[in-house]
Amino acid sequence: MSDNSHSVTSIMTTKPDKTIDCQSLFCPEPVFKTRLKLDEMQIGETLEVIADDPAAKSDIETLAKNLGHEILSINEEDDVVTIIIKKLK
Amino acid sequence: MIKTKKIALVVQSGTIDKLYCAFILASTAVSMNWEAHLYFTFWGLSSLTKGAMEKATLPGDYKHLEETMKQNLKKMNYPTPYQMLKRLKQSNLFKIYACTPTMQMFGTKKEDLIPEVDSMVGAATFLNIAADADVNLFI
Repeated sequence: MSDNSHSVTSIMTTKPDKTIDCQSLFCPEPVFKTRLKLDEMQIGETLEVIADDPAAKSDIETLAKNLGHEILSINEEDDVVTIIIKKLK
Repeated sequence: MIKTKKIALVVQSGTIDKLYCAFILASTAVSMNWEAHLYFTFWGLSSLTKGAMEKATLPGDYKHLEETMKQNLKKMNYPTPYQMLKRLKQSNLFKIYACTPTMQMFGTKKEDLIPEVDSMVGAATFLNIAADADVNLFI
């Protein structure tokens, strides 16, 4: 196993520092609540966002990009998307 | 230094559909660290008078959809336009301007307006703010 695949595996199996459940919330609520949650967190911590608004995947990715944070993973299962964001600043 | 992105909206309508459009965009902009400047004029300005925004309805042509819409909003646990506005006021990136000629036309006084209004300005001031905005919309 290369170093790279090892780190990807560890990201996927490591429990995120914080979680926010945005299921049954619609735009702009997942974005707004994710931002508020990120504000409470320390730099370097990870946030798991769970959402089922069809707009959430693209919106949360755009939010993270605009705020300068890193998307570590995106997992879609049925109609639910789980996004892990690392707070970079 | 990286320039902060900015959205400038002219809110001319006071119906609930248009108010939602304005506050959904503003909520998203502020979440992304953008400045959001909202200039309320005509019926938009009327919605800034105390108690008016809570009574906002759909426009006449869509009145028949209002009851269903309001029931669904409740089921969605969706904030009202005024709740969105108050929430946005916690950020200093969000500014609300009241159009002074509209106030004069309809006899609206400063004390009639909700306390969340930042300032009463004219077109020159708003144009100056909107001149370097990244997104400009008339709602």
